[in-house]
This record gives sequence, C-alpha cells and structure tokens, in this order.
Amino acid sequence: MKHRYSAAALARHALTGKPWPRAWRAAPPKTDYDVVIIGGGGHGLATAYYLAANHGIKRVAVLERSYIGSGNVGRNTTIVRSNYMMPGNTEFFEHSMKLWEGLSHELNFNVMLSQRGQCVLAHGPSQFDVLARRGNIMRLNGIEAELLERNEVKALLPYLDYSAESRFPIYGGLLQRRAGTARHDAVAWGYARAADDHGVDIIENCEVIGFERDQDRITGVRTTRGTIGAGRTLISVAGHSSQVAAMAGLRLPVESHLLQAFVTEAIKPLVDHVISFGAELFYLSQSDKGGLVFGGHIDGFNTYTQRGQFHKVQNVAECAVAVMPSISRLRLLRHWAGIQDMTPDGSPFMGRTPLANLWLNGGWCYQGFKATPAAGWCMAHTVAHGEEHPLVRHLALDRFRSGNGYDEYAHGNWTYKQ
Amino acid sequence: MLIIPCPHCGARDYTEFRYGGDASRPRPAHGTGTVNEWHDYVFVFDNPKGIHREYWQHVQGCRQWLVVERNTATNELSRAQLAREATRT
Ligand SMILES: Cc1cc2nc3c(=O)[nH]c(=O)nc-3n(C[C@H](O)[C@H](O)[C@H](O)COP(=O)(O)OP(=O)(O)OC[C@H]3O[C@@H](n4cnc5c(N)ncnc54)[C@H](O)[C@@H]3O)c2cc1C
Ligand SMILES: [Zn+2]
Repeated sequence: MKHRYSAAALARHALTGKPWPRAWRAAPPKTDYDVVIIGGGGHGLATAYYLAANHGIKRVAVLERSYIGSGNVGRNTTIVRSNYMMPGNTEFFEHSMKLWEGLSHELNFNVMLSQRGQCVLAHGPSQFDVLARRGNIMRLNGIEAELLERNEVKALLPYLDYSAESRFPIYGGLLQRRAGTARHDAVAWGYARAADDHGVDIIENCEVIGFERDQDRITGVRTTRGTIGAGRTLISVAGHSSQVAAMAGLRLPVESHLLQAFVTEAIKPLVDHVISFGAELFYLSQSDKGGLVFGGHIDGFNTYTQRGQFHKVQNVAECAVAVMPSISRLRLLRHWAGIQDMTPDGSPFMGRTPLANLWLNGGWCYQGFKATPAAGWCMAHTVAHGEEHPLVRHLALDRFRSGNGYDEYAHGNWTYKQ
Repeated sequence: MLIIPCPHCGARDYTEFRYGGDASRPRPAHGTGTVNEWHDYVFVFDNPKGIHREYWQHVQGCRQWLVVERNTATNELSRAQLAREATRT
C-alpha cells in the first residue's frame, strides 16, 4: 500500500501538518478494460478489489454515476450478521461475516466493525420454536447462536418492555454475539482505496447510458464520459438493476422500492446490542454518536423517488415505542430513504445473464450491506472464472422458471399483495 | 404525501388504499399460455422510471379497484379511473 494508515503515519502527519494524499485517484476513463463494473456502491467496489487482490485482474474500472458512497452503501442501517437458515444463505452470509472480521486489516482502513451482538425477539412460543430451529441450523453449520429464555433476554436487554401491559410480550430471543454494525461509509472508502491501490480505476460522475454489443455479446458501455470497451461487464447498481438491464434489452424479476431509515436525537449509551422486533419488521441500534437508529419495512409501492412517506414514520415509531416505551419522548431527528431492488422471493440475483460477457449482481434489498464482502468475493470469482462461485449458485436469474424461488423471509416485492 | 383522486370519494391519502401493482399487463386467460408466458406475467416487471399504470383498491372508502397513472420518478399522479372502466393500453 503506497500510503499505509498507521499510528506512526498519523503522528508523522500531525507533526508535519502535510495534507493527507487522496484516498483514491480521480482516474480518467481509458478506452477499454478487462472488466467494467457498473455501480460504485459497496458491492461494485468490493468486486473490483477482489478481482485484483484474489484473481490478479487489475485492468478494471468501476463506473459510478454520482460520487462514491451516494447510494445505499451510505444510506443503510449498517447491520451485519449471519443468522440465516436456508442452505446456501447460511454459508454465504457466514463467509461474509468471516470476511467482516478481518476487513479492517485486509483493507488497512478501519471499518469500525462493532460485534455488539444482535438479538431477534420472539413474542410467543411458536415464534420461539422457529428461532430455536434457526439457531440449531446455524450451530450445525458451525455458527454460534444462543437461544435465550425471557429472563435471559431481560438480563441482557433490561431496557425493553417486560411489563404486564406489553402489547407484544417478550417470550425469548435468539442471540448472535458476533453480529453487530460496521461504519457504512468506511466500507465504501476502504474498498475504493484498496482497489485503487491495486490499479483499479474508480471513475465517478460517469453514468452508464447504454451498451455496445456484437449480437449477443456485450463489448462495452456507453457513458456520459464516452464509450468504454469491456472484456466483461458487471451490473452492480442496487435499486437500478431494471434500468440498466433494460439498456441491454433485458427485463428482470425486479421492482424498485423505497426503504427508509430513521435516527433520533442523541442520548447517553443505552442500547448496547442490535435488537430485532419479532412482531413486525423493525429493528433498532444505537450509533456511536448516541442516536437510536431505526429500520423498518419498504414503503410498499414501487418508486424511484428516494422520498419516504409519512405513514412509515408513524409505523416505525409505533414499533419503537411498543418494544421500548421509555423512548416515547425522544424526537426523531432525520429520516432518509434508499431505492432497492425487490425480487419476488426477496433474494438477490448473482451470476450470468442471457447475454455473453454480461454479469449481474442485483436484486439486493434489506440484506445487502452485510453481504458486501461476500458478494464482492463471489462476484469477482464468478466474473474471473466465467462460472458462478459455489456459494451463489442458489441465486440464479432464471430460478423462477425452474420453480426454484429462494424465499428465506417472505420479504418479496409483493408484500402489497398479501 | 401521496394523494389519490378516487372517482367516487375524491382526493384521499394513499394509506386508505391497498396497492395492487402493475396494471398494464393482461393476465393470460385460464388454461392458455405457455409456462414462459406465465413466468413473465407472474415474475417479470417492466419497473419503469416514469409513467406506471397500477392498481389501487380504496379499502377504507368505496372499496373499488382503481387504475392510476403515477410517475415513479416523482410520485406525481396524472390519472385515476375505476378499474372496470379503464382500458388496457
Ligand atoms: C434505508 C436502508 C437501510 C438498510 N439497512 C441495511 C442493514 O442494516 N443491513 C444490510 O445488510 N443491508 C441494509 N440495506 C441494504 C443495503 O444498503 C443494500 O442492499 C446495498 O448497499 C446495495 O449494494 P451497494 O452498496 O452496491 O449499493 P449502492 O451503494 O446503491 O450502489 C449502487 C450504485 O450504482 C450507481 N448507479 C446506478 N445506476 C447507474 C448507472 N446507470 N451508471 C453508473 N452508476 C449507476 C448508483 O449511483 C449507486 O452508487 C439497507 C438499505 C436501505 C436503503
Ligand atoms: Zn373511493
């Protein structure tokens, strides 16, 4: 690494007062690359990094239509965990969790991984049984999980509502101690800097507006900064997969939906875990600055506006007060939104498309941030070898055609049809 | 705020409605169509960034199904008709 970050470097810069060098070059586009990655979010940048670091493919460009960190990688609620239950997901997300655990060292950038533990609540015996099953499957896969009775949850998270009036009484929970949060911007910046260090060109303000093709082969991309030739091309644009795929004449099993996040005014340290409510899709954690961070469900109709509806603010606030009445007087400071792909089974697509040389990493919704390291790792392998990495074979684009929808959480785009 | 102009009840907040998805694609008739046609009908979406014809049901009002035209880039509504009177285009 040209300019390693270290305690010594910090002291040197403090003493000399010299400005820090740019974390990555402002690379002008070259005429062609071995691999062009469309989308400079966490996934695109991680893919570029692992292409260079794991596979020696360094003539790589990441094309970002805006600035690095402007997409969902900088908008999410930063939760990372690997408590998934279905064959395929369990291994994939655990691979991601292991990469998270070494990421700050790997990238020489502090991604501020905080393994504070995540607890999913059960509000009744049947839900408790489901969590027990999930925990058992995790443990059979070598992933630690602890099933907690009500009194154990109460000892761990004493600030939740255990009163007789509780609308959703807490019956138990499933705890993954290695889960937690990571600093989302640092993940984007860290991968960008490390990829750049390997020679990857990170090209911001460069929107892809079309494809160059030779019959069924994609040979390059047209952008707002000119045409760029590409040996292989990867679409990695989060909530805009349909838009970019349509430029290549493809229609996807994807709708674009809006997900909001919320933060309250800062309070003293109180919530030292990530807590998932069991009665509705709602979770909360406390940021290092002291604000409580809330997440909920998508707004419920497809949109690209990045402006959340008030109805969801109310819904999320109700959930927060239901599980933790003591915060009812806190004020929400901000809420914001990101556009994410929603697929019919709530699972992403990673792998080939019907067009030669065109690869897709899309369909990511709620689970996409925690997936960032493994998604980059597996997509890099997939693009480098021209063959899907074993950990993502369950995520094929044509899975509905063969009756292999992969539904871990019933989170699909048609929640509105239930 | 998304306000839907119901032909029966007037301008109402969208929370009174239930969303029903894309209204531009006709459902293949029962007993017809190939697996591929059904696959595309059920699973594949145009997902436009722009005008989208879509169903909304006024569950907390007249309970009628509407077809609404909405710009998905701005959430602007340009048209709302009763679904049974809407022509498929
Ligand atoms: C509010 C919210 C909360 C979330 N919370 C969590 C969470 O707690 N845990 C979790 O695991 N996941 C969470 N997610 C999901 C996660 O953030 C996303 O799934 C993930 O970030 C998507 O991958 P990405 O980082 O590559 O996306 P992005 O950062 O969105 O990157 C895609 C990039 O593609 C660019 N792009 C689009 N079109 C073009 C084009 N034509 N040309 C060039 N560039 C283009 C965009 O500008 C964007 O920068 C959350 C999402 C949201 C919105
Ligand atoms: Zn009405």
